[in-house]
Amino acid sequence: MISIVFLVAAAIAVIFAVLTVVPRNPTTNLLSLVVMFFAMAAIFAILGMDFLAAIQIIVYSGAILVLFLFVIMLLNIRRVEAFGSGRAIQALLGTLVAAGIGGIVLVIAGLLRPVAGGVLPGVVNTGTAIPIGRALLSSHLFAFEFITLLLVAAIVGAFYLGKREEE
Amino acid sequence: MWVDLAVIGVKLVFGLVVLLTTVPIMVWVERRGSALIQDRLGPNRVGPFGLFQPVIDVVKLLTKEIITPAGVKPLLYILAPVIAIVVALSTFIAIPIGKDTGLEVFGHAVHGLIVAPDLNIGLLYIFAISSLAVYSVLLAGWSSDNKYALLGGIRASAQAISYELAMTISIVGVLMSAGSLHLQQIVDAQGGVWMGVLPHWNIFPQFIGAITFIVAVFAETNRLPFDLPEADSELVAGYHTEYSSIRFAAFYMSEYLHMTVASALITVLFLGGWNLPWIDMPFDGWPGALLSMAVFATKVAMLLWFFVWVRWTLPRFRYDQLMALGWKVMIPLAVLNFLWVGVAMALGYM
Amino acid sequence: MDAVAVPYTWVLALSAVLFAIGTMGVLLRRNGIAIFLSLEIMLNSANLAFAAFAFRFASGHATAAAALDGQVFIFFVIAVAAAEAAVGLALFILLQRRKGSIDVDRANILRW
Repeated sequence: MISIVFLVAAAIAVIFAVLTVVPRNPTTNLLSLVVMFFAMAAIFAILGMDFLAAIQIIVYSGAILVLFLFVIMLLNIRRVEAFGSGRAIQALLGTLVAAGIGGIVLVIAGLLRPVAGGVLPGVVNTGTAIPIGRALLSSHLFAFEFITLLLVAAIVGAFYLGKREEE
Repeated sequence: MWVDLAVIGVKLVFGLVVLLTTVPIMVWVERRGSALIQDRLGPNRVGPFGLFQPVIDVVKLLTKEIITPAGVKPLLYILAPVIAIVVALSTFIAIPIGKDTGLEVFGHAVHGLIVAPDLNIGLLYIFAISSLAVYSVLLAGWSSDNKYALLGGIRASAQAISYELAMTISIVGVLMSAGSLHLQQIVDAQGGVWMGVLPHWNIFPQFIGAITFIVAVFAETNRLPFDLPEADSELVAGYHTEYSSIRFAAFYMSEYLHMTVASALITVLFLGGWNLPWIDMPFDGWPGALLSMAVFATKVAMLLWFFVWVRWTLPRFRYDQLMALGWKVMIPLAVLNFLWVGVAMALGYM
Repeated sequence: MDAVAVPYTWVLALSAVLFAIGTMGVLLRRNGIAIFLSLEIMLNSANLAFAAFAFRFASGHATAAAALDGQVFIFFVIAVAAAEAAVGLALFILLQRRKGSIDVDRANILRW
């Protein structure tokens, strides 16, 4: 039964990813991406990673995409290109590159042994907040602190870049 | 498995019915309560004490003409009130409304008075869903093709994301002292007595966090003193200017639903949920469950009255005052609470 | 709880498909914001690949630490994506101010 739920979530993710990529007005692309992120959070939850599903929605859908929406609204970004207005050779090469990259990963996935992983009875469930919190503050402490620094740098950088020049 | 699903279905329906019933009750409380505070009578013609006023209001709203302005972007315009209601209704499944007294229905365990008992990340789920409420405001403001709506939408969403930070940091103290994200366990950790004198509700040891959280929740639900986004005297009606009839009713309803969920959340996190003040719940089984639900409902009702009371007592913040408060006062206070709880836990006071 | 009946290779295949879709978006769109959104799809597909392997290793006592490492890495990728989105959007705002349009085909001439 879980497989059916996974297949539905995967189908939603693929359909809305395609809708994000197809040239339409930016707000439609963004809302399709929000739905796709929801499907991704659902897939994380199916795989037993509850904490990451919640973080995905809070950070990605609820913060990063709101930032995108603000920029789209404040800069009044309209539709730049119509569907099918690019050069044909560009579309062909782009499709070949994408198919190539995707195809390589698909071949590798096919060669791996399909083990149905998951949480068996008796094994500690590693998807909740407590094990992740412990890991972040013990074995990955340096990366955790460095990410803090990175986020501060990003805030300062974004602020400086967005400042209006003094006339 | 089907019995489990049926139990969840019944809890879901019960929760939705209760939640949707509080909306007309709150409309009446707001209008009579505001009249009480402003020394006037309020609606008293429609039924005894004006009790049927909300019904008449609903009929009025539904029979109004639905006017859709010409320049709106159709999908976003329709989507905004839908998102508002769905978000407001989806958060209550992680909130426990009573004690888990081991009830059984036809031999199958009802795992506590909470719709989703196995959701280990309960509180994070609530924050995830309520962070999506920003979209309804932003999309409503932008798709309305109206400069007042756009201004209201931008202000409301900037306010929401600023106070979301203070809200999230102020509950970290609660999480530390309870040791879990599951709301059932957070409530269980608030039974009994603290320091021999006060009930062990989180509002007493962590009063800074409680105050910060309550103020942030006022800002999140766009209630006065933080209701600049829908200020009548300044922005026409803010982000829902161009919505009429049932779409406006949807926004109106979603505001009261958000208020109710916020009150339930404050009760669970800081006021001890369904715990009685100094004593533990004396009964088990059905009487215990009903008593705990009654205690919970009383606390939520008191908080809803507090929301109405503050609305009609305090004046409105200006936008820059609001943002300064959110970033320069609330966040440092929340971090201070976080430090205080850490120190107190290390010293053994909690 | 029983073992979840999703072979992790399906999750990897989904990650491949999403990555391909994202790559096509980055290569074929002219709107800067749309390129950024496709980039987010690519980052998410990488997250999904990490999740697939973390899931595969989550079922054994000896390898549970690897599952935890995978989830922590996903957490870091999300944080880095947030930082990148902030700076990238600031750059797009600058581009809009200088060139008057967010069309990346118009930003193809260096200053000198």
